[in-house]
Order: sequence, then C-alpha cells, then structure tokens
Amino acid sequence: MSPDPWVRAYDLLPVMLSVLLTGALVTLQVTAGAFVLAIGIGLVFAVLRTMPARLPRLIAATYVQVFRGVPVLTQLFVIYFGLAELGLRLDPLTAAIIGFGINGGAYLTEVFRAGIESIHQGQIEAAYMLGMTRMMGLRIIVLPQAVRVVLPPLGNFAVGLLKDTALASAVAAPELTFRGRTLVDQTYLSTQVYLLVAAIYLAMSLPLAHFVRRLELRLGRGRA
Amino acid sequence: MGWPALLAAWMPELLAAARGTIEMTALAFVLAATLGLALALARLSRIGLLSRSAFVYIEVVRGMPAVTLLFLIYFGLTSFGIALYAFAAAVIGLGLNGAAYLAEVYRAGIEAIHPGQREAAQMIGMRHGQVLREVVLPQALAVVLPPMGNYVIALLKDTSIASLISAPELMLRARDLTSEYFMPMQLYLLVGAMYLGMAYPLARAVRFMELRLARGR
Amino acid sequence: MGSGADGPSGVQGQSPWPSSLVRVTALCKRFGDTEVLTNVDLEVRAGEKVAIIGPSGSGKTTLLRCIAHLEKPSSGHVSIAGERVGEKLVGGRVVEMTDREIARIRTGIGMVFQRFNLFPHLTAIENVMLGPVKVLRTPRREAEALALELLRKVGLAHKCHAYPERLSGGQQQRVAIARSLAMRPKLMLFDEATSALDPELIGEVLNVMRQLALEGMTMLIVTHEMGFAEDVADRIVFMDHGRIVDEGPPHELFRSPSHPRTQAFLRAVLERQAMAAEVP
Repeated sequence: MSPDPWVRAYDLLPVMLSVLLTGALVTLQVTAGAFVLAIGIGLVFAVLRTMPARLPRLIAATYVQVFRGVPVLTQLFVIYFGLAELGLRLDPLTAAIIGFGINGGAYLTEVFRAGIESIHQGQIEAAYMLGMTRMMGLRIIVLPQAVRVVLPPLGNFAVGLLKDTALASAVAAPELTFRGRTLVDQTYLSTQVYLLVAAIYLAMSLPLAHFVRRLELRLGRGRA
Repeated sequence: MGWPALLAAWMPELLAAARGTIEMTALAFVLAATLGLALALARLSRIGLLSRSAFVYIEVVRGMPAVTLLFLIYFGLTSFGIALYAFAAAVIGLGLNGAAYLAEVYRAGIEAIHPGQREAAQMIGMRHGQVLREVVLPQALAVVLPPMGNYVIALLKDTSIASLISAPELMLRARDLTSEYFMPMQLYLLVGAMYLGMAYPLARAVRFMELRLARGR
Repeated sequence: MGSGADGPSGVQGQSPWPSSLVRVTALCKRFGDTEVLTNVDLEVRAGEKVAIIGPSGSGKTTLLRCIAHLEKPSSGHVSIAGERVGEKLVGGRVVEMTDREIARIRTGIGMVFQRFNLFPHLTAIENVMLGPVKVLRTPRREAEALALELLRKVGLAHKCHAYPERLSGGQQQRVAIARSLAMRPKLMLFDEATSALDPELIGEVLNVMRQLALEGMTMLIVTHEMGFAEDVADRIVFMDHGRIVDEGPPHELFRSPSHPRTQAFLRAVLERQAMAAEVP
C-alpha cells in the first residue's frame, strides 16, 4: 500500500525545506544583483530621457519601449540561449541577473524620469540663475528631492522583481522555483512541494511589501 | 536555409500560436476583471468576514509569483483528482492572479470619488441611479480604465509564462521551433518583435483612451 | 559709471555703448505660432533701475527670461556687459554657447521669481549659501558668514535655519533675494516679485528692493506696483502686445503720458486701485 502523499511529504519535510531554502537564497541573490543593475541602468537612461537634445531622448525612449514591450521570459531566452548560439555561454545565474537587470532598467527609467520631472521647473530655473549648469542642477537640486519621490515605486519594483525571478527557473538557474521543479521530479509530491514553494515566496515577499508600505507612509508624512 | 525560407517555415506556426496568446489574454482578462470587481466589493464590504477573506486572498495571491500559482493549479490540483488542460490552467491561473491586482485598481477607482460629490448630486435632486451614472461612474471609469488598459498589455506579455506548463502559446511554439532549428537568437528576437507588434495597437488604444478621459476633467 | 566696454576677452559681436550693461537688440520670441516679443530694443546702463510695466500677456516676463537666457530668442540678441548671451563667434561663425558658458554668464545675473522657487529641501541659510559653495567654490565657513550677513540685511537672520515651508511668502521672497545677492551679481532681474504675495507682505519685499536700489544695483523690474516703480525707477518701459510702446522717466510717463495706449493702461490701473481703496 503506497503511503499517503501528505504523510510522505511530512516525513521528507526537513530535506525538502533545506533544498528549497538554498534555492531561496539564490532567488535573493538574483533579485539583489538584478536590482542593483536595474537601478544603474535606469538612472543613466532616465537622465538621457530628460536631456534637451533629441538623440539621447530617442535612444532612451526606444530602449524603454523595446524592453518593456517584450516579455521578460523572451529577453531571458535571448540572453541565455541566443548568446550561446553566438558563442557567448553565460551561466544561468549571470544570464538571469543580466536579463532581469536590463528589463528592470527599462521600467525604472520611467520611474526615475517621473521622479525627476516631479521637481518643479521653477527650482531648476532658480538653480540656473545661480550659475549652475544643467548637470549641476540635476545633481544638487533635483536628485536629492527626486530620491524621496522615487523610493516607494523602487520598493514596489523590488517586490515584483523577487517574484519575477521565478522565471529564471526556465534557464535552469538554481533558484527556488527550479529547486521546486526538480524536487517534484524526484518525489512526485507536486501539491506539497509547490505549496511549500508558495509559502517560502510569501515569507520573502510579504515582509518586504510591508516594509515598503511603511516607508511610503513615513515619506508621505515627512513632507507635510 | 535562407531567411525567406525560414520565415516561410516559421511564421504560419508562430502566427497560429499567437492566436493562442491572444485568446488566453482575452479569457484571462475577463476572469480577472469580473473576479477582481467582486473582490473589490468584498473588500469594501461592511461584513467583516467578507472583507477579511478578500484581503487574505489578495495578499496571498499577490505575494507569490504567477508561475507558482500556475504550477499549483496545473500540477498541484492533480492530487485532488483535477487534471486541467494546460491552456485552461493558464487562463485560470492568470485570471486569479489578475483579479487580485485589479481588485486594488477597482478599489482606488471607487474610493477616488469624493463622497461630497455624491451628496452634491443628490442635493441637486438627482436620483440614486442618476448619481451613479452621471457623477460616480464617469469619474470612476477615468480612474480605472487606464490601469486596466495597461494591465491587459502586461497580461499579454505574462501569457509567456504559460509556456512553463506547456500551454499552447507563442513562447512555447518558439521553444519547440528552437529544438528543431537550433536558432534561438533569431527565433526569440522574432517572437519578441511579434509581442511588440501585438502590444502596439493596445498601447495606442490605451493612450487614446487616457487622452479622451483626461479631457473630461 | 563705465562697465564692460572693452572688458572681458569675451567681447564679441557689436561694440557696446560705453556704459550699457544690458543691450537687447531686435529681440523676437515666438512660441509656436504666437509671436510674444516683436522687435524689442532695450538698453540698460550700469546702476540704472528700469521698471517694465504693461498688461498681462504683453511679453514683459518673456523679455526678462530672454535676457536671463531661460528662453532662447527666436531672433535678435542679448548682450550683457558686452558679451553676447547664448551665442559666440568661433572662427567667424556664430555658434551656440555651451551649457557651461551660459552658466558662467548667469553667475553675474541674479533673478528673483514670482513664485520664489526656494529649494524646499534646504534651510534658508543653506539656500543662500548654495550658489557660492557649489558654483563659486567659496569655502563653507566664508559662504556661511556671507549668507548670514545677507539674511541679516533682508531682516531674516533669526530664521536662517528654517525650511521654506515654514516661512511666509514675503519671507521666502526675501530669502530668494538674499540667495541671488550671494552670487554678487552685476544685474538683478525681478519677475513680478510681489505678484504672488498677500497684500500685507508686499511691503517688506519692496523695502528690500528699495534698499538694493539705493545701494546702486542695476535692476530690471517687471512689476504691477506703480507707486513703487515711480519711486525707485530711473526709467519706465511700457510694453504691450510684445512691443515696447513707450519709454521715459517716471514723472513723464506717469504724470503726462503721451502715447494713447500708455494712457489707457494707466487709467485702467488707477481705476483698479481706486476700487481696491474703496474696500473698508
């Protein structure tokens, strides 16, 4: 008589948890790496996007359009499989970080742009009249204020990114979802494993989301 | 094989798969939009149990990746004797996920209508139905339609994750073709372009809608 | 009283009159299809106070902004201290100035805006110090002392650590004036500096401006305050529909205007002021 799957799952719980939690660690790694990359890219393109010259604006706008209009899974496949075809073999982790980073950068470009543009034009003109160049004005007046505007959306982006990294399993990055799939292949306990996977994602994303919400409230209060 | 021959071989299949993508998007959207409204109303309800249940649903579903939800529905339900076709599982999964997201959009729309406006309309002598139609609904729509439009565009792209449960849509077909032709770069770039092409009319429609709604304010 | 005639090596374009600090020549400005400034010629000598008056939409603010190069003229040019603003001669060709070059010219110009435009994330004294520290590279200690002195001059030394949101409109505007003065400009532009203020706060700002005038600052003042203009200005310029229609010393222009449009405008202003005065 085959044992009840739930009983089996209970017996295997410690093993399964240890496997899944190592995957969760990789999830956090990918999230962190992609987050930093996305911020860097987003800042650069946001500045390009708000320049008076047409060419930088156009380049940035095209970048945003393309990388936001194509599914991130497709972008991931282009980077992992596509580049391999051209001879550049990346390991799954790196490919995932680059893929999510570039994709996230397109999203953050718009977030940062909104932050920059939210700073009233009059202040920028006052900065100009003090003899500041556009770059100086951006650095000294706009950016410090824009940071406050931008933090909540940035936080929400991080939460979304954490969940998106599940797709990295499709390129065999050893993160949580991938570990889950291999565990299911080995144990055939799909329901139980995926419930565990869901629980671990919740354990990671809910506190982060809560933190972001509190941040939003605190920032909102600060400006009254 | 030259490019023209490759395209001739690929395009019919990819276009057929794109139909699957569009169908999946449409069906999932309908599910998400209706369930989301129900959730929003439940969330705003005075009945504690209803409000709390909706809250829990929204938090839990939004707290996990859509992929995980899809896996739970497609693979996980088999222990309970429910074996769905991949397409159906994808529609349900994306729909349930979208409902949690849209519930918040609806809630913002409903709460955006300042109660004072309803009172003002009533004082002019409008009946309840009129108030709803002339004052509340137009403004609620203005708040809700653009995010919903953007959601549809995002949903179109999200259907790509259904390929992970082998549901028939564009990305899956691209993967199959890759294993046949060994040209991932070309195929995935092509597919990327197709997604851009599908999203473009939608994006234009959303922007047009935003402009028309903005005029009203 | 001479200034900037053969001064900096940046002398290019036409040769200026010996003591003109600002020279506007045939300035035109179009926004899309609308011509906002048509063929404006203006000259301001060093130490002169010029008040620009006129109905809304007459282009007064646009003229000021073109002088500050916050707007690019559609045609014509502006020279400050003999130097063309926004353009330069490079090997015989007229070429646009770089951001940095324009910024350098602006260090010599101070502008006070209708909406103050203080930096909300900085205190009053930090607002005033910012220019010297970041642009002139003045050491912090020195800049701080200068800032405090300027704030004292405008009567706000006691509020030096306050953030703009805690200051009244009149106080914010006075800090804004101090901020511009910290750069030791040769020229001060005032764009309806009191128009956004509650009536009882206007006086304190006008007093600061009056003080500045007495100290010999060259000032270009766009204003609706006719009494103040008559008091302080050496010359009044009346603008209408994008052109300078009339010009002259205050006692001439205000008391016995010759141009019909000037007359009509002043009549309307007097009527408005009379109505306001009737309020108990």
